[in-house]
Amino acid sequence: MARYLILIYGDEQQWDAMTPEQRENHHAAHVAFRDAAGPGVLGGGKLQRTATATSLRAGDGGPVPTDGPFVETKEVLGGYYLMEAPDLDAAIALASRLPEVAASHSGVEIRPLVERN
Amino acid sequence: MLAATVRVTRDLDLAEECAQDAYTRALQVWERDGIPARPGAWLTTVARNRATDLLRRETVLRRTLPLLVVDEAVSGPGDAPTGPGPIDDDRLRLIFTCCHPALARDAQVALTLRLLCGLSTAEVARAFLVREATMAARLTRAKKKIAAARIPYRVPSAEDLPVRVGAVLDVVHLVYTTGHTAPAGEKLVRDDLTEGAVRLARMLHRLLPGDGDVAGLLALLLLTDARRDTRATADGRLALLAEQDRTRWDRDRIAEGTALLTEALSGRPPTRYAVQAAIAAVHAEAPTWADTDWTEICGLYDVLRALWPNPVVDLNRAAAIGMRDGPGAGLAALEPLREEPALAAYGYLSATRADFLRRLGRWAEAESAYEEALALAGNDVERAFLAERLTEVRGDRR
Repeated sequence: MARYLILIYGDEQQWDAMTPEQRENHHAAHVAFRDAAGPGVLGGGKLQRTATATSLRAGDGGPVPTDGPFVETKEVLGGYYLMEAPDLDAAIALASRLPEVAASHSGVEIRPLVERN
Repeated sequence: MLAATVRVTRDLDLAEECAQDAYTRALQVWERDGIPARPGAWLTTVARNRATDLLRRETVLRRTLPLLVVDEAVSGPGDAPTGPGPIDDDRLRLIFTCCHPALARDAQVALTLRLLCGLSTAEVARAFLVREATMAARLTRAKKKIAAARIPYRVPSAEDLPVRVGAVLDVVHLVYTTGHTAPAGEKLVRDDLTEGAVRLARMLHRLLPGDGDVAGLLALLLLTDARRDTRATADGRLALLAEQDRTRWDRDRIAEGTALLTEALSGRPPTRYAVQAAIAAVHAEAPTWADTDWTEICGLYDVLRALWPNPVVDLNRAAAIGMRDGPGAGLAALEPLREEPALAAYGYLSATRADFLRRLGRWAEAESAYEEALALAGNDVERAFLAERLTEVRGDRR
């Protein structure tokens, strides 16, 4: 088995513009994803808007906090899952069930974790 | 042999190393004892034994890279390496790994050439017009991704198979077209690539006999390849379809391709490669250039365009219209394609336009179109042909 981090990216404004009904369907799709993945989901969560982000970088007098995400992009990180799967095909099959993959403004990135045995 | 060894090592680099060792040993042992009855099986056994040896060593076991994902349920390392069955299965698994959609298309083609067609890294680099070091880095990156992301070494499930087979066919077709008209160099055709592609298509057809798209691709390659020897004259000049010596076309390949085409077209709806093969078959069956059924070819291009919308198909369709209805009609069909960004650096658009303009006697425009085509042409044979035509139209202007 291998671990993969599923990074969910999308356009924040489009996420904000969802109707209550769309929001409900979206939530239900995530519940269905968790059910399908079962014990394959090791963790995950939905992130607050990027407006709440604080970045830290080295400065002359130590770390300097600044307002905003580390990298400014149109598609932002909105959530993640940490999963376990036998191989990339299995990880792709599971991640394909996420509602963000079906929407045109969003998508996911699948990153394998370095495994130390 | 490499494919069978991968199943033991679960690591592409290590498998390549072991295969190399086996060849080296063969040189020594075969010279002493003679060539064994089944050289392929001999090499595979030696490579696999070497792999098992290396894997026993602790240093190798402590490698930090994760290993290839092998489906133990399908077959285990204890399987006999001899016989065509398991070896073919291994090759099929390997091609699905090399052509996995999570790898970039360039990397898919490069891995297929290196690991399934047996080209050296230098030869793959030449086919791609990049330096050997660049290609070596690209191959290493792809192999690292296969291991780290655990791209499986397995034939995909029935559900995923059609899409995945499609990706493999595209790679095999790309290998063929790269060889068919070399993107650079002295020669028009690179036989190592075209032959490698035909071999891969044959293997896929043997292993996936019911697949209409696979039959279509093999038919297309055979029908196109039947003309290979006549595409350049004895002194190395380009011979267009109109000028080729049709008595020298490979009749066996045409017969085999035509039979496969019938099989490929039995599926509904027809697939992209089957329609392309049907177009190649119309050419193959015409006894002379003048007998070509252009109405049939135009109709097939319309079908192809609906199945697979693509500016290159539009260009070929416009050329066929020009043959059916005359150069004026062909030129009119080409006109909208000049705005197509995907064709901006595609030399065949300029060359086709130049030909129509030349036949209409519009010398000045023909001249600039030939100049454009010449600037975009890749290999020396095509360049020589275009330069000759350019001299002709310049002469006619005066």
